[in-house]
Amino acid sequence: MPDLPQSLAANPVLARWMRVHADGTIGVRVGKVELGQGIATALAQIAADELGVDITRIRMLPPGPEGPDEGLTAGSLSIMHSGAALRIVAANVRALFAAAAGAATSGAPASGAATSGAPASGAATFSYADLAGRVDLNVPADPGVPVRSQPGLVGRDVPRLDLPDKVFGRPRYLPDMRLPGQLFGRVIRPPSRGARLLTPGEAAAPALPAGVTLVRDGSFLGVVGADEASVVRAADVLRRSARWAEHDCLPADDELDKFLRAGPHETVTAVHDGGTAAPGRVLRATFSRPFLAHASMAPSCGLAVWHSAHRVEVWSHSQGIFPLGRAIAGALGLDPGAVRVEHVEHAGCYGHNAADDAAFDAVLLARAVPGSPVQVLWSRQDELSWAPFGSAMTADVAATLSPDGTIASWEYDVYSQGHTARPGYAGVPGLLAATLLEHPADYPAPVDPPAAAGYGSLRNAVPGYHLPARRITGHRLLATPIRSSAMRSLGAFLNVFAIESFMDELAAYAGRDPVEFRLAHLSDPRGRRVLTDAAEAADWATPRPEGVGLGIGYARYKGRGAYCAVVAEVQAETDVRVRRLWIAVDVGQVVSPDGVRNQIEGGAVQAASWTLVERVRFDRRRVTSDTWESYPILRFSQTPRIDVTLAGGGDKPVGAGEAAQGPTAAAIGNAVAAAVGVRVRDLPLTTEAIVAAIERDA
Amino acid sequence: MSVVSFAVNGVPRDVDADPDTPLLTVLRNDLGLMGARFGCGLGLCGACVVHVDGVPVPSCDTPLWSLAGKSVVTVEGLSPHPVQRALLDEQAAQCGYCVTGIVMTAAALLEREPRPGAEAVAAALDGHLCRCGAQQRMIRAIVKAGADRA
Repeated sequence: MPDLPQSLAANPVLARWMRVHADGTIGVRVGKVELGQGIATALAQIAADELGVDITRIRMLPPGPEGPDEGLTAGSLSIMHSGAALRIVAANVRALFAAAAGAATSGAPASGAATSGAPASGAATFSYADLAGRVDLNVPADPGVPVRSQPGLVGRDVPRLDLPDKVFGRPRYLPDMRLPGQLFGRVIRPPSRGARLLTPGEAAAPALPAGVTLVRDGSFLGVVGADEASVVRAADVLRRSARWAEHDCLPADDELDKFLRAGPHETVTAVHDGGTAAPGRVLRATFSRPFLAHASMAPSCGLAVWHSAHRVEVWSHSQGIFPLGRAIAGALGLDPGAVRVEHVEHAGCYGHNAADDAAFDAVLLARAVPGSPVQVLWSRQDELSWAPFGSAMTADVAATLSPDGTIASWEYDVYSQGHTARPGYAGVPGLLAATLLEHPADYPAPVDPPAAAGYGSLRNAVPGYHLPARRITGHRLLATPIRSSAMRSLGAFLNVFAIESFMDELAAYAGRDPVEFRLAHLSDPRGRRVLTDAAEAADWATPRPEGVGLGIGYARYKGRGAYCAVVAEVQAETDVRVRRLWIAVDVGQVVSPDGVRNQIEGGAVQAASWTLVERVRFDRRRVTSDTWESYPILRFSQTPRIDVTLAGGGDKPVGAGEAAQGPTAAAIGNAVAAAVGVRVRDLPLTTEAIVAAIERDA
Repeated sequence: MSVVSFAVNGVPRDVDADPDTPLLTVLRNDLGLMGARFGCGLGLCGACVVHVDGVPVPSCDTPLWSLAGKSVVTVEGLSPHPVQRALLDEQAAQCGYCVTGIVMTAAALLEREPRPGAEAVAAALDGHLCRCGAQQRMIRAIVKAGADRA
């Protein structure tokens, strides 16, 4: 008997996943959350196919305490985990209903019908609605029930189920929620890292608008009231009047390389082949990226009702509602089952942002007004300065180039903070406000996912090429005042940028074409295919005019996920402009072709923005890049035209959400080098950075 | 507190609130219109754009007092608009948070320039931000919305 997929083994009861109603609708509740990536629609396609019903009958319900616990929605794993589970759940439900239908017509129990026979295919020939009250789904899934071999909706484009509400402006996001008696809250963050609250300003307290309640626990300071505008004004008053003890604690933001190398570190060697390199020329280079902000379009939001210490309800746009509930309970010393979290959609999420923090803020404020729902919305400034960042990284690479033009050795050292500090990590709550309470929780340095989960700092640090004599080592910083956590592709963005930039440097030294040089070191046919597909789409061999350059970047995400190659066309005049991107991607089985294209396009634009313009700035006390002016992202007129080719495809899905990040950065970097003739190794690739590189090489 | 009278989606409204209250807060909390969305509070991202006397403006930094006698149209008042249909046809969004503000600016663009090209659309939308990277799809959709208007 086959094993149940991971998500289903942990949540085997069918009724947690699926409910059939007498009106013919079928409610589906998964544990993976909609972040704007279209996962709910793709999973609805899978469920509809397997049940043999029209997709309009499927109701995708928000993940919550009634549904399965699937941990986090992260790592481009949702189709793999949720999809695999849902397929079996739906096949089981269909088999149980078919058996009940058979029993109803023949008058005899259809014993064994649910667990044997060929997979059902096509539309169901019985009525789910008529049998809704007669089939008990409070039974464990049977992995022996066959699933359909011929997909129907899977592999076809289905319009996103959630987009009409979002385009027509109907209430759908967490800040649109209004519960009876709901209050509004705001939190007054410390003015700088490590600041402790001395006094909220007693003189100011009486000046707070009527109906606004002040909430303080240690250095956590907030206000709650029925009128949102008054609450915002009260927060402004307190922000000006509160007195804090501050001290310098941040590193110099123009010396991150020194900061990351200083240590102490945890050192992990991913590969050490041993042996000595064949003779040849040794080349070396160092690449870096700064801290990056999630910069979601909406600041984070949380909504909570504190009924009692035994019952706290929370609504959150967290990527992991169950871990969040446990972390909140842990931070406040509550019973783990006391905090129930339901997911509500919000603006796009690209990793561990401030969603969990905002949920905890809402709980802390709601605790002061038991029974009343409290909705907290962060400010843009707090979102850009207090949410976790993607870590700054720096990488040294050295390789031996043989006289025959092939690579004879490869050494790689990457220095980084850890890439996860999610709720519950390292045994601590991992919630911002928990570190500010009268009895503060620890907030140790962020950690890295293990090798089995694809690493963090070392993600994609092992090149997919055939290279002898490799040594690849990660150095994770063990103490830091800067909070970093998971951000789309974790370390893969810098590692692929470094590897693929350096491949171009080696190719140039060997006098070989960058595409041909890569193919000479790559045997995986799926990798070769996306490389050649992208190059062909871009008409790689045709020379571009003066000032215009082409560059290529390639990687297989996590070394076992999607294959992706990107060709960038860059025009470098007064500034760098990415005009076109040609992308070829192989994500294995495709559930939603347009969904994959949308994820790849979006990932590429976001990666282009990271590559060209983004950098978190800070002084020795506070983050200073806290508005869209000081933390710019790519604007409409700066975005490139993008052509996506879906190459290959297997019978298993491998995820799409993060595949384009690293290859896009590398393609742009290589195109800039081709256009202006200098190599810029430190991101972002601003005009200043290019001028500095020209001066360096002069 | 003071009463400010203005029209919202063609309906006369008398709003009694602090005159400095942002229009966005009035729309969402006093009038129950959730289509305009809070993004930055500084008029820098476009998520809260509405029309005031036909001109797209960020509602997050437009104070209530400035609206006396004016006409406000929100995405709820505009819907359904050909731009929205075109955006859905092109599946031109991911999270969708920025999209209602973009609908408002695009609708105003099509009023003054009925068949804009891609560059004109991109330039008109440069006051809007999209973090999911759906810009090219949105530009394509809006060009199509213009071209489809006979």
